[in-house]
Amino acid sequence: MARATTIRQKTITTIIAWTVAMVIFFPILWIVVLSFKSEGDAISTPMRVLTSAWTFDSYAVVQDRSDYFKHFFNSVIVAVGSTLLGILVAVPAAWSMAFVPSQRTRGILMWMLSTKMLPAVGVLYPIYLLFIELGLLDSRTGLVIVLMLINLPIIVWMLYTYFREIPAEILEAARMDGAGMRAELLYVLTPMAIPGIASTMLLNIILAWNEAFWTLNLTAAKAAPLTAFIASYSSPEGLFYAKLSAASVMAIAPILVMGWFSQKQLVRGLTFGAVK
Amino acid sequence: MKQIQLRQVSKSFGDVEVIPPLDLEIEDGEFVVFVGPSGCGKSTLLRLIAGLEDVTSGQVLIDGADATAIPPARRGLAMVFQSYALYPHMSVRRNIAFPLRMAGLDRAEQERRVDEAAKVLNLTEYLDRRPGQLSGGQRQRVAIGRAIVREPTAFLFDEPLSNLDAALRVGMRLEISELHKRLSTTMIYVTHDQVEAMTMADKIVVLQHGVIEQVGSPLELYRAPRNTFVAGFIGSPRMNLLEGAEAARHKAHTIGIRPEHIAISTRKGDWQGVVGVSEHLGSDTFFHINCPDFAAPLTVRADGELDLSYGSTVFLTPDLAHLHRFDDNGLRLT
Repeated sequence: MARATTIRQKTITTIIAWTVAMVIFFPILWIVVLSFKSEGDAISTPMRVLTSAWTFDSYAVVQDRSDYFKHFFNSVIVAVGSTLLGILVAVPAAWSMAFVPSQRTRGILMWMLSTKMLPAVGVLYPIYLLFIELGLLDSRTGLVIVLMLINLPIIVWMLYTYFREIPAEILEAARMDGAGMRAELLYVLTPMAIPGIASTMLLNIILAWNEAFWTLNLTAAKAAPLTAFIASYSSPEGLFYAKLSAASVMAIAPILVMGWFSQKQLVRGLTFGAVK
Repeated sequence: MKQIQLRQVSKSFGDVEVIPPLDLEIEDGEFVVFVGPSGCGKSTLLRLIAGLEDVTSGQVLIDGADATAIPPARRGLAMVFQSYALYPHMSVRRNIAFPLRMAGLDRAEQERRVDEAAKVLNLTEYLDRRPGQLSGGQRQRVAIGRAIVREPTAFLFDEPLSNLDAALRVGMRLEISELHKRLSTTMIYVTHDQVEAMTMADKIVVLQHGVIEQVGSPLELYRAPRNTFVAGFIGSPRMNLLEGAEAARHKAHTIGIRPEHIAISTRKGDWQGVVGVSEHLGSDTFFHINCPDFAAPLTVRADGELDLSYGSTVFLTPDLAHLHRFDDNGLRLT
């Protein structure tokens, strides 16, 4: 019977889906739980985690020992700054590739994407030296530039895909109406591409917020964002689980909340063009 | 005064030459229609005049000045697109005001001109809506409004009515013709519909494969088509083109006779045939007659009241005064 099969299939897929989701979510849940325990309870065997008392001690210690808000602001500046700068560079780039393509446009796009496949550590040494030379080491400006550059291929690609969905005739109409290139980009293309630009920005902010390789290697104290803040609590012996967990929760909470509220926009942006 | 001149203008996309070098002159205040089958290069030609495509060689002159290198924004031309190309994120008011804003006019003047255009085009009550909330006909009016507010040197229309339904199309056709009479601004209009061309144009430019086949007033083209292509393209239903013995009898390779220039009779005539499909329009009836002497069936226009049954025998007599003769290159013989 078709109906019975459907219900059984549904039950099985639901169970599988929940299992997969829980496996993926479990580490985060565990971190949240550990962050509210004392260090002793966090590493105890047999596990006392779920039965022991709840406490805010770890949070208090973490805030006390290292300035959370300094790192938080560094993260915000680096994530938002690199995104805005990236958009500023990528909008004209994507515009020219989408509306005035040349024979090499396809190749340039592929080349840009291929740079993302290069292991970052391969260019660490030259970039580190450049940063020393330019005095950008441990500065927010330096981080903004580096994160903008590493995410630029993704921003250009995403914007290019959105722009391709915009009928060229509308831009031609703007040209006939007397709009120069600046006016065309500012008053016609950008407002029409707002949903696409918004999802590109959201995704890029998340990517930049979570970026750990460059932020850890190019900062020390002044410009260190939340990734460096978490890293400072990890120790080789792993004895401070509770504090590490508290630091992690504080670091990922803002981006998690932002992601939660913007998930609709993100999904819509990422499937732009697929459903039309 | 020659307002728009094309001098040896050509256009190639890569290795493909879509428009071989051509010359064309458009007078001030003229309503010129570019007509031809799809892919004949008529839209490309319009876009070359607009500046939306660069010419491969040759010159575009506007008001006597070389405009070849001038970007579209500064050519002083306004264009209405087939897809309307309205700005979806702006209200009707801001759509129409956009060219004025780009021209740097002050707010009050913008308002005044938008209101004026809206009144002319019956758009006043829709000014605060977005294009998405309008019907096809209204959108087309907004596109026209956006074109007229800036008082351009010339209007360019790129198949503006093709997305409208038949009834609306006839209405808009009249509106555009009326607009031309009132503004007496030069209009260049691209269409594949020869009825639009005949009804609206002062001057028709017939194109095929990027080549101008003939330029002339609608009646000139109708009365004296320069070749068999124009003969077949202008006029509806199309002219009957006959080859063979009958053509040779008139000392031509091909002869052409329009459906309205053949008399039909059940008793006597020059050619004998059998009635095929008949199309009743009420005012007229078009009969498709199969004659054993000719390869293709002939189309004949008759009075709307005439009713002939399928398969019955009829006799046809062409009006020799309206017989067109063409040589073996398809060119008109005089």
